[in-house]
Amino acid sequence: MQSISETQRSGPAIAALALAEREDEVFLTLTVAGQTCSIPVLLVRDVLGPQAITPIPLAPAEVAGGLNLRGRIVTAIDLRKRLGLPQSDNADKAMSVVVEQGGELYSLIVDQVGEVIPLPSAGVCPNPPTLDALWRDVSLSVYREEDRLIVMLDVERLLNIG
Amino acid sequence: MDDLLSDFLTETHEGLSAVDEALLRLERAPDDAPTLAEVFRQVHTIKGTCGFLGLSRLEKVAHAGETILGLYRDGSLKVTPEGITLIFTAVDAIRKIVVGLEQNGQEPEGDDSAVIEALDAASRGESVALPKAPEVKTEAAVEAAPIAAAAPRTPEPLAEAVQTESAAAQQTIRVSVEVLEDLMTLVSELVLTRNQLMQLARVSSDSQISVPLQRLSHITSELQEGVMKTRMQPIGNAWAKLPRLVRDLANELGKKIDLEMRGADTELDRQVLELIKDPLTHMVRNSGDHGLEKPADRRAAGKPETGRILLNAYHQGGHIIIEIGDDGRGLPVDKIRAKVLAQGLATEAELAQMNEHDVLRFIFRPGFSTAQQITSVSGRGVGMDVVKTNIERIGGTIELRSKEGRGTTFTIKIPLTLAIVSALIVQAGGERFAIPQIGVVELVRVGDEHEGSTRIEMIKDAPVLRLRDRLLPLVSLSSLLRLREAPVGGLKGYVVVMQVGANVFGIVVDRVFDTEEIVVKPVAPILRHITMFSGNTILGDGSVIMILDPNGVARGAGITAEGRAEDQQTVNVTAGIRSDSSTSLLLFRAGDQTPKAVPLGLVARLEDIPVERIEMSGGTPVVQYRGQLMPMVPIAGHWEAPESGRQAVLVFTEGQRSMGLMVDQILDVVEEPLVIQPGSDRLGYLGSAVISERVTDVIDTVYWLSHAGGDWFRGDRKSSSSAQKPRLLLIDDSPFFRHLVVPALSAADFDVTAVESPAEALRLRDAGVEFEALISDIEMPEMDGLSFARNVRASGAWKRLPLVALSSRAEPEDVARGREAGFTDYVAKYDRDALLSSLRECLSSPIAA
Repeated sequence: MQSISETQRSGPAIAALALAEREDEVFLTLTVAGQTCSIPVLLVRDVLGPQAITPIPLAPAEVAGGLNLRGRIVTAIDLRKRLGLPQSDNADKAMSVVVEQGGELYSLIVDQVGEVIPLPSAGVCPNPPTLDALWRDVSLSVYREEDRLIVMLDVERLLNIG
Repeated sequence: MDDLLSDFLTETHEGLSAVDEALLRLERAPDDAPTLAEVFRQVHTIKGTCGFLGLSRLEKVAHAGETILGLYRDGSLKVTPEGITLIFTAVDAIRKIVVGLEQNGQEPEGDDSAVIEALDAASRGESVALPKAPEVKTEAAVEAAPIAAAAPRTPEPLAEAVQTESAAAQQTIRVSVEVLEDLMTLVSELVLTRNQLMQLARVSSDSQISVPLQRLSHITSELQEGVMKTRMQPIGNAWAKLPRLVRDLANELGKKIDLEMRGADTELDRQVLELIKDPLTHMVRNSGDHGLEKPADRRAAGKPETGRILLNAYHQGGHIIIEIGDDGRGLPVDKIRAKVLAQGLATEAELAQMNEHDVLRFIFRPGFSTAQQITSVSGRGVGMDVVKTNIERIGGTIELRSKEGRGTTFTIKIPLTLAIVSALIVQAGGERFAIPQIGVVELVRVGDEHEGSTRIEMIKDAPVLRLRDRLLPLVSLSSLLRLREAPVGGLKGYVVVMQVGANVFGIVVDRVFDTEEIVVKPVAPILRHITMFSGNTILGDGSVIMILDPNGVARGAGITAEGRAEDQQTVNVTAGIRSDSSTSLLLFRAGDQTPKAVPLGLVARLEDIPVERIEMSGGTPVVQYRGQLMPMVPIAGHWEAPESGRQAVLVFTEGQRSMGLMVDQILDVVEEPLVIQPGSDRLGYLGSAVISERVTDVIDTVYWLSHAGGDWFRGDRKSSSSAQKPRLLLIDDSPFFRHLVVPALSAADFDVTAVESPAEALRLRDAGVEFEALISDIEMPEMDGLSFARNVRASGAWKRLPLVALSSRAEPEDVARGREAGFTDYVAKYDRDALLSSLRECLSSPIAA
């Protein structure tokens, strides 16, 4: 159970923060089924490696279960399921991004965690019409980079399950 | 916010509450000098502090109030009811300003001139036109500020660290609620960590650690207890506002209401207190509004004019019991029935089967209210279901008793504390769960093995456990939570017997670990809709597990019918019966004064059916029962439908068929040896016996069952007697038939022993028990009659005994097969005559090898 939130603060990340005009323009990137997404870094409490998750019977399918984070119970949400994507081949290498909402801790299970980067508002675009319906539901906007499109996730919508 | 201001607000709130109480006393005793002095003093203090803090609006109102109170105190002005009501108005005005002050940090804008004018006028001795009282009915407005999360820095009315019980006041100290909450959280974490250490210590063999660890554990437990105590508050705190509420209610509705509160110093957890405050208020309002009648109606009903609302609180076990009762008109059962039908909550048929108690519980359904008009006080139909939900959310239960014309009483039972509970850790479907210890009655091991374990039986596909003559409905946890299919071979593992309110049932689990103290953490909001769980926790080994909610489990399994009483449903079954050992007998009266008896094991249910439901079909009374037509047979011979009322019925059920025996009155259930004297040849009776020292007619169930028509079995003649008392062994897996045949055979002068399986019979054989003849069923699980016969004929003491087969299958092939296996004779079930003549024949001639 590693917490790498400390290590993220080093080197390029700090430089990135320095470049950003405002704190709320800094994001953590993550990958789900090959698609890069981002969530505001201010929402992130922890980033964890593979976890022991206890399944919760009768819970909605998107809820992978519960896990223990330093004495607090965190509800794990399987992002692939939440977005209607097929299960990953490397499920045991999945990472968890812990966010807090309404006083409760949730962990988003993703394929990979990227880095902390600034995404200045200049490059933020509204959702393109070609964006898949699945993604549109939870995407606030997109960020265009040269070689990729980053879906900027709406965490509140994401956690609005059931 | 200013510290000074915070202190002022707290003190003023307390002061205003004290004034409320004192004014109520004054209403009853206007000349009570000490009380007058106290009220004056409180208002005087408020005025002074307001002035000091520059709160001019408050100061003006307080000043006006102080003036008139001073005159009262000195005796210069007579205390009148209008005067007191006016002062109440002033108090409310002050409270409103204080609330505004709390929320915004400064006095709200407003005009109090009406109140001040009225007060000044009253001081001058003029008669007063009471200004309209400010909106104070919604307690929420008044309570909102102290509880508002929006003003986090303002502490709530504070908890006292130590209770003052007697005049010799003990030392107390003010502590902010936040500090206590933090303390509680820390202690919870400490308990968890302690549990973890204990777990590790159990595995490791480091003995040096164990002694200090024990000490640490002990200290932690004591610390936990101590902190719990700080959270305890007397329930009187929740009741504080009620006298005022009741007074206002009485005035508004034109009724006379007396509120009696007992056990106000019963303590409970602060958190729990917060959660029940509103439900209690709601119920008291309901009593005053709907329950109690107007004085004129009460007089007409012969009741005292003043209605009474009683609040009673006390500890019992790990719970606190709170009763809220009134002596009003009780719940209108028929109106409720009508409303249930109108809302489509149940059909006529379903309603007819429910007893009054179950019908009354419909008031807990959402949207249900039989109030004719919606008054401003209650009747919006949002009340009782919210009350019930709130109470159940904290692990409590609510019961009600009501008698039309006499009154209604609600009984709430809630656990004393929420945060740390003892729980039993169990495993089902590969996952572990925690079950709160409070609801657990006992643990029973079940399985397929015979030694020392109880069996789970199926009654129409529903598993039940036979536990000391009670039948408990069971629910498989792994099935309920859809973890794993229940094993086909039958349930086994452990049954955790739970009690929730009046319901007793069992939860089947695979394994039981031990009992642990766990810290209850509420589930995430997205999981709150799952009623099976009341929270989750972290065990000593760091794993997260869910905590079961027994209420939710019972509901999910369809077990709870909102408190159906157990009594009507127990079927008393004994495994092996001898004709002269004690049997459970049901005594009743029918037709004449002589009590009648029937073995209780034959009776499936006792019903009390309203006569309107009994219809005639082809000249026979029938009743629609559980989706089928049940024929009814009157023991008294003939039956005339009475005008109204209810008919006592003994229901006999075998498989899908039911038959109802109509009797006059059910007397008792006793356990006594049944020794039947063959009586006069009376149809329908086996004879008489002395039961409970009275001569009792023992009914011939066969006769009555065949009277109901259908194809229960053939044969309806009375028994004939034999000279000697040969010993018979009856083997049949159906308790029903055992109960049926044994008395009949013993009335025919046989000494009968009955067992439920060939295995048991063979055990008897190997133990050297002797019989003259054996009677066996064919269709039986495990070993069937044919195998049994072969076994008996192969070797052993019984090789040459007459062996009679008793089976519902009597085709020639069956008979042939039977004979081949070794049966001497083959009798159809249930031809008593044939059986008796067969026995007589077998016993009179030795068997031809």
